[in-house]
Amino acid sequence: MNKREFLKKGAIAFIPAAAVFQVLMRQAEAGAAGAAGTAGSPTPGYEPRDHWYGMGIEVEKCIGCNRCAEACKAENDVPPEPFFFRTWVERYTVKQSGETEVECISVDPRGERKTQDEREVLRSFFVPKLCNHCAHAPCVQVCPVGATFTTADGVVLVDSTRCIGCRYCIQACPYGARFFNHRTNTADKCTFCYHRVIKGLLPACVEVCPTQARVFGDLRSKASRLVRFQRMNKINVLKPALNTEPKVYYAQLDGEVR
Amino acid sequence: MIAQVPSNLTELLRQIIGYIYPNEIEIHWSILIVVYPYLTGLVAGAFILASLVKVFNVKEVQPAYRLALLTALSFLLVAPFPLLLHLGHMERSFEIFLAPHLSSAMAMFGFVYAWYLMGILLLEIWFEYRRDLVVWGREHQPPLSWIYRALSLFSTDISEQAVAFDRKAVRMITIVGIPSAFLLHGYVGFIFGSIKANPWWSSVLMPIVFLMSAIVSGIALVLFLYMVITSMRNEPLDMKCLDKVASYLFYAVVVDFSLEALDFIHRLYQSEESVKILAQLISEKLFTNLVILQVLLGMLVPLAVLVAARTRRANPDLRKLLYFTSAILIQLGIFSTRWNVVIGGQLFSKSFRGLMAYKMEMTGLEGLATSLGLLIAPFVILFVLVRLLPAKRTGEAPVHPA
Repeated sequence: MNKREFLKKGAIAFIPAAAVFQVLMRQAEAGAAGAAGTAGSPTPGYEPRDHWYGMGIEVEKCIGCNRCAEACKAENDVPPEPFFFRTWVERYTVKQSGETEVECISVDPRGERKTQDEREVLRSFFVPKLCNHCAHAPCVQVCPVGATFTTADGVVLVDSTRCIGCRYCIQACPYGARFFNHRTNTADKCTFCYHRVIKGLLPACVEVCPTQARVFGDLRSKASRLVRFQRMNKINVLKPALNTEPKVYYAQLDGEVR
Repeated sequence: MIAQVPSNLTELLRQIIGYIYPNEIEIHWSILIVVYPYLTGLVAGAFILASLVKVFNVKEVQPAYRLALLTALSFLLVAPFPLLLHLGHMERSFEIFLAPHLSSAMAMFGFVYAWYLMGILLLEIWFEYRRDLVVWGREHQPPLSWIYRALSLFSTDISEQAVAFDRKAVRMITIVGIPSAFLLHGYVGFIFGSIKANPWWSSVLMPIVFLMSAIVSGIALVLFLYMVITSMRNEPLDMKCLDKVASYLFYAVVVDFSLEALDFIHRLYQSEESVKILAQLISEKLFTNLVILQVLLGMLVPLAVLVAARTRRANPDLRKLLYFTSAILIQLGIFSTRWNVVIGGQLFSKSFRGLMAYKMEMTGLEGLATSLGLLIAPFVILFVLVRLLPAKRTGEAPVHPA
């Protein structure tokens, strides 16, 4: 076989092989997305590439009721212990002295509720926290087997069927958003309720928030609530200096919040 | 499946100082991950010491050359086990070789390790021992002779020409081996140093500090083993070799100490956002391990001892004692260094507002018992290797006393 013949035959074999490969890749992608969500398939015609999800949080609207953290635990079967959270709420108390006290209102190991002397308090507020679904996510970068990945619609997920449990991603997350799930022996974190979102539903925490402090939306759709939220508010993200490009956007975020 | 939540986590909630993110209560990288860089450090250090003989023709270190190579091999064989035992899914560990995620520093582990083990260390040992293996294969009775023949890969040629080729090969491999040893341990440092989320780890100096402390620990280990093994065999210690190795140890400790001091001063002077919590970390959690064990007992005292051994014109027996003491103290110090990096880096919250606690398991898979087992295992392997592959060359005159 001379070179010309080889190339011809190669091309004939290559084109169908490439087509098969493409179909397989698509199936694999769909499979990975399916494995990451707990249940269900997307709405017919759902095209991940058309979306780019994020969340807005209006700090002043949060009343610290903790419904979001509870709904998240119920919806996603998060371990019940008070140190495994996909989302949690922090209470900040900045005192007259300049000292800042923070507590996670979901964690209450001693069963006691702290009250502050009003005269000492300069300002106080609640900050809901969750995975920031960073566009430039350090957890995705460091995963040695690619089990943590970003979906085409911008959600950072963990494929628990591939995660080897090395916990490098937990170390790499600057926000403490990840934990180790001892049921699956893999890394775990907020999925933006991906299984709901692809069906056109809202994440559980957004759904239950009584004051609409959380706004979920698609940054690619000009009509989305999130884009409107970004238009109407001064926006900040957590730890911007780390260049992780978070997609959880905070309005009225205090400088004390880390 | 019922969740196997570590029972002590609830207890640890009470030991938090200040505020931590709720998910941070668990210390994810346990003592096993302290053992891992300690082991690879010993490998890299021992290999670099061995390389001095071949590349820079340091004749004095020749008596410890083979021992250094076998030490490196014994420790390298055990090095992946702490990592493996630590994984949530050990059965998926091969994924790191088959489907590595190329942007991950950790994914390179398989390649770096395999290259160093098979491309460098085994190859160098084979060429170094090939002639002797052939000779031993002829001298010994079966089944030992079979083992030697198999180890020599059934080569039989011990002509001058073949042996000259072996020597050349060893030299070439060593030349490639030095940067590879640097890579092996520098890379372990990079795994930590590249985590920008953690200010205790995130430092461009990390790979270099890891490397220098690796050299320190490796040299100290070979010094220790050379003294122990030679004494156990009732053979005289080669004082020229000891003095030379000890002097390398001295310089390595000086460089290592300077680098760590630079890192410390740099952080203090830059005084970034994290400086307060790191200061609190040192004073409240790491004072004994960092200030007393790592710096004072692990560095300054051995430095003083080594200086004393050099300047006071101490007699050989006293010198031996001083070298031996400093080698042990240095091991202690380097282990503390690894502890302070790995565990220390996980004892403060990334909110920079609080400190966590680490309670080491005793008997669990990630506990003290496993770690001790993993630290002892290389010595067992080394014991077998030294028996099987004696340091003395065939047809070589016995070592002269100093």
